[in-house]
Amino acid sequence: MVRLISLLVGAAFVGVLAIALFGTVATAISDPAPETAEAKYHQHPENIGLASNGFFGRFDRRQLQRGFQVYKEVCSACHSLKYVAFRDLADLGYSEGEVKAIATQWAIEQPSVNPETGEATTRKNIPSDRFPSPFANEVAARAANNNALPPDLSLMAKARHDGTNYIHALLMGYRAQPAALLKEFPGTKTPTGLHYNPWFANLNIAMPPPLTSDGQVPYADGTRATKDQMARDVAAFLTWTAEPKLERRHAAGLASVVFLLIFCFLAWGAYQNVWRDVKH
Amino acid sequence: MSFPWAKHYEPKQPLMRWLDEKLPLPRLVYNAVGAGYPVPRNLNYFWNFGVLAGAALAIQIVTGIVLAMHFAANAGVAFGSVESIMRDVNAGWFLRYAHANGASMFLLVVYIHIGRGLYYGSYKAPREMVWLLGVVIFLLMMATAFMGYVLPWGQMSFWGAQVITGFFSAIPLVGESIRVWLLGGFAPDNATLNRFFSLHYLLPFVIAGVIVLHIWALHIPGSNNPTGVDVKGEQDTVPFHPYYTAKDAVGLGVFLLVFALLIFFSPNLLGHPDNYIEANPLSTPAHIVPEWYFLPFYAILKSFTADFILPAKLWGVLAMFGSILLLFFLPWLDSSPVRSANYRPTYRIFLIVLLLDVLVLGYVGGAEPIARNVVLGQIAAAYYFAHFLIILPLVAASERPRPLPGSITEAVLAKHGGTSPAKTAIA
Repeated sequence: MVRLISLLVGAAFVGVLAIALFGTVATAISDPAPETAEAKYHQHPENIGLASNGFFGRFDRRQLQRGFQVYKEVCSACHSLKYVAFRDLADLGYSEGEVKAIATQWAIEQPSVNPETGEATTRKNIPSDRFPSPFANEVAARAANNNALPPDLSLMAKARHDGTNYIHALLMGYRAQPAALLKEFPGTKTPTGLHYNPWFANLNIAMPPPLTSDGQVPYADGTRATKDQMARDVAAFLTWTAEPKLERRHAAGLASVVFLLIFCFLAWGAYQNVWRDVKH
Repeated sequence: MSFPWAKHYEPKQPLMRWLDEKLPLPRLVYNAVGAGYPVPRNLNYFWNFGVLAGAALAIQIVTGIVLAMHFAANAGVAFGSVESIMRDVNAGWFLRYAHANGASMFLLVVYIHIGRGLYYGSYKAPREMVWLLGVVIFLLMMATAFMGYVLPWGQMSFWGAQVITGFFSAIPLVGESIRVWLLGGFAPDNATLNRFFSLHYLLPFVIAGVIVLHIWALHIPGSNNPTGVDVKGEQDTVPFHPYYTAKDAVGLGVFLLVFALLIFFSPNLLGHPDNYIEANPLSTPAHIVPEWYFLPFYAILKSFTADFILPAKLWGVLAMFGSILLLFFLPWLDSSPVRSANYRPTYRIFLIVLLLDVLVLGYVGGAEPIARNVVLGQIAAAYYFAHFLIILPLVAASERPRPLPGSITEAVLAKHGGTSPAKTAIA
């Protein structure tokens, strides 16, 4: 009885799938899905090979400081960094005094309340504050950016596929829309206010090119600030903001792997010893 | 329960004797996973995965309880509280990565455990109840994993909850009311997050309870083995401790090694980048996909694209739940008295095809729905149902199995060359 019912149920599912399969094939032949500009022109980032990659990867602190400088002088005009606190900058090699100075001198102040009148006001940042948003709220951010919302950058390196390389590729990826694309897909002209960038998912990004010329950020450490260098450095910095515990993770990982290899070796020996007289 | 030659617990210490009289807990452990449980001597490494699943559950419960001390189940702050675990809680990044990847390791180990059961016929008499309880555990795990994935309240959390609870709206007449009742609103929101957190904390303990029943039911007939032949006598078994505790330690070491590589060197490999974007009800992700362990079932759901008597969506939902529920009937669908696929040449081929089929379904579940992938999914889904509901009963009725070994010991000695009675005697 169970087998008879199962046969009927199985036949029903297989039959319905056969009908669905027929429909899929018929549609694919009669009405094939048109190729899209996104599918054809979207590009995947190439690997920029940071020092933090790999089993032994550690951050290059000078690079992180340069990347922070790019964030401070370029990105922070529009993008918040709400999960990162000024005190976290100590990880980049800044001293306590330097962190305090960076916080106090930060251009955007921290929202606060006047202790006497209770009115909304702002105060200077202190190391325990998180980086303040350049905009009071989403409406203000959209109003200032042609109705686009600049996303928070804290997790950007993990919130996109292959995020670190993506950030570098995107920053370097602005160009004129290829004539071949317009010829092949009429009606896909980049709308005014958007910018063509084949590394962005739908090819047209609202963010104007942020890195426009070599030397845009005069690096404190004297490194030549080419556009590519700035894009690499800020990608490295955002990798740190997304995964600040990376070095601790790698160190703990190496210790764990060594420990577990010894454990496996000893367990294997014990196993051989226990079973030595029993064929199995 | 157990075999007559099983060793008996005889405490020598006066304290242990006293304890055994008042509360025979050491005796219970001794009989369950100690020297008092005789196990076939020929188990291969696939028999490690039950213990590994138990270890994975323990890891999930321990890491989960500590994470719950720092997590805030509120739609406004849940995402931020996970980030504060990652940044500000001592070793919080380790706990969270261990818990997130622990779910993947748990499901991986359980899939291999289920595959072992299918290959060696562990679902067959006299172990049907072990299998049925196992399917219950699997269903509970799926519910727990799904609700856990919603808790960080990222984009995939939110939209996954939207899609999965949407299945219930396919039920005629009452579906939409059920969906709203499950969510506690018209869309996933704070009420959903709160109840999912509550249930996500509860269900692992229910799973632990059903595991006790699963092991209890197993200990009545005893463990199956790669030949599928019943235990005939004392020479066929070894005590669980120290023989299989030693072997399980090796398996546990390898399991932890893989787990450690995942946590420490590629913790986001199995996750989706969109879940690092906070949930936004106004922005739908381009591709909503579940975690890898649900992809085969998601592919089955998506394969039903034609209305036939019932709407396509209802067919898809019925098939997706049916694809798991049919496992409850497996012991009665397969009437072959031979357990191990090693002695069932025809069944073995179909089973290997099924394994590849599930991998294809997994690929299709995560791939873009272009015509080629949809066709692939529809063929693979059809084979999945045909395998269990049509092919399996027919093969069982018509197949001529290879001759079985006379006993486990005979099979073991044949493997080591020579089956002379003298060797059997000294083995």
